[in-house]
Amino acid sequence: MAGYNLKEIMNKPERLSPGHRMCAGCGATIGVRAVLRALHEGDEAVIGNATGCLEVSSYMYPYTAWEDSYIHNAFENAGATLSGVETAYRALKKRGKISPDTTYKFITFGGDGGTYDIGFQSLSGAMERGHDMVYVCYDNGAYMNTGIQRSSATPQFADTTTTPVGSLSNGKLQPRKDLTAIIAEHNVPYAAQTTFTRDFKDIHVKSEKAIYTEGACFLNILAPCPRGWRYDMADIMKICQLAVDTCYWPLFEVENGTWRLTYEPKKKLPIEDFLKEQGRFKHLFKPGNEDLIVQFQEEVDRRWEDILFRCSR
Amino acid sequence: MRTDISRINEHTPYEELTEGLMMFAGGTSKSFKTGEWRTNTPIFHSEKCKQCLLCAPVCPDGCIPVKDSKRSDFDYDHCKGCGICVKACPFNAIEMVPGVEPVINS
Amino acid sequence: MSIKDRMSGNEAVAYAIKQIDPDVMPAFPITPSTEIPQLVSNYIANGQMNTEFIPVESEHSSMSATIGAEAAGARSLTATSSCGLALMWEELLVAASNRMPCVLALVNRTLSGPININCDHSDSMGARDTGWIQIYAENNQEAYDNMLQAFPIAEDEHVHLPVMICQDGFITSHAVQNIILNEDKDVCEFVGEYNPGEFLLNKGNPVAFGPYALSCYSMEAKKAQEKAMEDSKAVIAKVAKDYRERFGRGFTFFEEYRTSDADHIMIIMGSAAGTAKQAVDDLRNQGKKVGVLKLRVFRPFPGQEIANVLQNCKSVAIMDRTESYNGHGGPLSSEVRAALFESKTYPEVVCYTYGLAGRDFTVEDVYEIFEELENVSSNNNISIIQHRYINLRTKEDR
Repeated sequence: MAGYNLKEIMNKPERLSPGHRMCAGCGATIGVRAVLRALHEGDEAVIGNATGCLEVSSYMYPYTAWEDSYIHNAFENAGATLSGVETAYRALKKRGKISPDTTYKFITFGGDGGTYDIGFQSLSGAMERGHDMVYVCYDNGAYMNTGIQRSSATPQFADTTTTPVGSLSNGKLQPRKDLTAIIAEHNVPYAAQTTFTRDFKDIHVKSEKAIYTEGACFLNILAPCPRGWRYDMADIMKICQLAVDTCYWPLFEVENGTWRLTYEPKKKLPIEDFLKEQGRFKHLFKPGNEDLIVQFQEEVDRRWEDILFRCSR
Repeated sequence: MRTDISRINEHTPYEELTEGLMMFAGGTSKSFKTGEWRTNTPIFHSEKCKQCLLCAPVCPDGCIPVKDSKRSDFDYDHCKGCGICVKACPFNAIEMVPGVEPVINS
Repeated sequence: MSIKDRMSGNEAVAYAIKQIDPDVMPAFPITPSTEIPQLVSNYIANGQMNTEFIPVESEHSSMSATIGAEAAGARSLTATSSCGLALMWEELLVAASNRMPCVLALVNRTLSGPININCDHSDSMGARDTGWIQIYAENNQEAYDNMLQAFPIAEDEHVHLPVMICQDGFITSHAVQNIILNEDKDVCEFVGEYNPGEFLLNKGNPVAFGPYALSCYSMEAKKAQEKAMEDSKAVIAKVAKDYRERFGRGFTFFEEYRTSDADHIMIIMGSAAGTAKQAVDDLRNQGKKVGVLKLRVFRPFPGQEIANVLQNCKSVAIMDRTESYNGHGGPLSSEVRAALFESKTYPEVVCYTYGLAGRDFTVEDVYEIFEELENVSSNNNISIIQHRYINLRTKEDR
């Protein structure tokens, strides 16, 4: 991997055009732009997409924001659909119908609903079969497209429209599923977790590895949703930084079974710092709910220790 | 069979829409102007800009054009006015002003 | 030249797939269609074909991957039965609305519940309004012949719709019968090379599939799809004619068996048509003017053509191998009665449900049905049950 230079990288032509209908301040398209910048110039790509915010907003007939070939099929089958595309590429190349000097890369995007939940089987199948593709989850921690319903990526205690805070409820009961680890346990050659950092080096380097590592690769991007998380939309970079500095969203990669931390906060911040910025956790700061924050912190600590253990092996 | 989207609108007869509503073209969204969604508008003060480009990747809409490692003024046809770039700039070279027009009201 | 052999229906369809040698085949095992992907996998494992096989983790994924591969520009197909087809139901609609000329080899089996592995048409009939062309076979020979016609129909520029090639589970799929196979090179010539105009892997020409469409476009898109289904009739007829001229076999929309002077006609699909034809021969020997219309193409529905055949007969038995749960007969009954009404043709009509979940259907049953038709048409005062089950146990039997 050559040295990362943001000023060089930003010269690349945009592969996601403006004019898409994602909300102002959306994290998903920041993630998409970052991933696509990792494609080498001259390489072709086919982009897959699970149904979700990104899909309905980026290809509303007749306006496609995608400069590359693009296929949306349905909600739960982005993995399988791109399996078919990637296999077609191999089949057509074998038969000489695609020139040997043409390189295609296959990248599919899905939200956490389409990836952790309804598309989980299709994703697992595609990963296990080892198609030469990258599945990118933009994880905003709920079904945002349909109006902020909880998913298995939603953090514990989050106030969502299907886990509303009420007189008998403190939001979602369960902590979130750790999908990156689950996909890493498929023994894929590359799986990583990332988000937006100041110079975008982490997401760029991981995207390039994921795209250019042969086999099925997985990228999980924490992509905040200002509407669902209820923070000031201009603050996305701060939110992401707090997610990693509190170790809520550790940055790591798993390459051929070896776990590696790609960022370790100099000083691990208390989880309150991350929670208090977001309206979905507002209730945790009411008097009498102190134990809920303690509980949240304990879960973050336990998982962080687990990752440190895995990365130290 | 490349698509000319200027010929596709709510008056187009069914026989003249693309087969399966496929789009035989890339990047056609550029002709859809999301700039009118703005309620606040970023103003670029080039004299303060050090061309660090930290603003360019944070834009959800790719509205900060970069050429030869230098950014130019905003793509106001599409900028939705989220303000993320303002906070990403370490040099106060981007200012947010109210309204859809990129003008500073004195 | 043709090759005489003995094969089951599954073997015949797998052999046709080998000869077509499509680019991609994703599939998932389900009784009774499992043998098709097994046999194809064996052909591939032994270098007898070049297809890329994807052993997907579900039928939803097999149809999803078929769509992905087809969109990418690869000739693609899959195979399934019963619950597998039900699981891919959403994707059947996506394949058709995205105008994918892919193919599905369906081995008809009943749908749960109760879970049962035997034949009826509840799977494909449930998918009749998904926008797929549906072609049914009486036996292994027809399953083979139909399979070879699937891609030329689907890929025709006036069609661009997916095609479902149906055969009856176990009865056809597993029974070994004589068969005449075509030479590989003749199949190659007949099926031809697939050269799509627009596809994902067309370098320098990006294409986008699967948009969100507002109401101002969605209805028009559906009409365009419906028009393609209408237009497919002419293409199905042309492909059937070309096949007949080249290989000497096959029918267009249906087979008319001793119908020209028949007073009483049975309309039936699939393997039971063989039983019906045997019974017709027996009854003809007794001087009874009876015949069979064996429907080959259910989608698009050849309503006018069927009504033309029925215009001079006295009575018609419509045989449904599925239940619609609408209180008055199965889907074939509904379609045929609508076609008769539209063409102002009014024979006596009786709707029968038979053979659900593999229940036997015998020549004796056919005798009985024709006897009932004769009674109905000769005696206006007779009261008969319009929607009757064949070979069903009831309290009245005691």
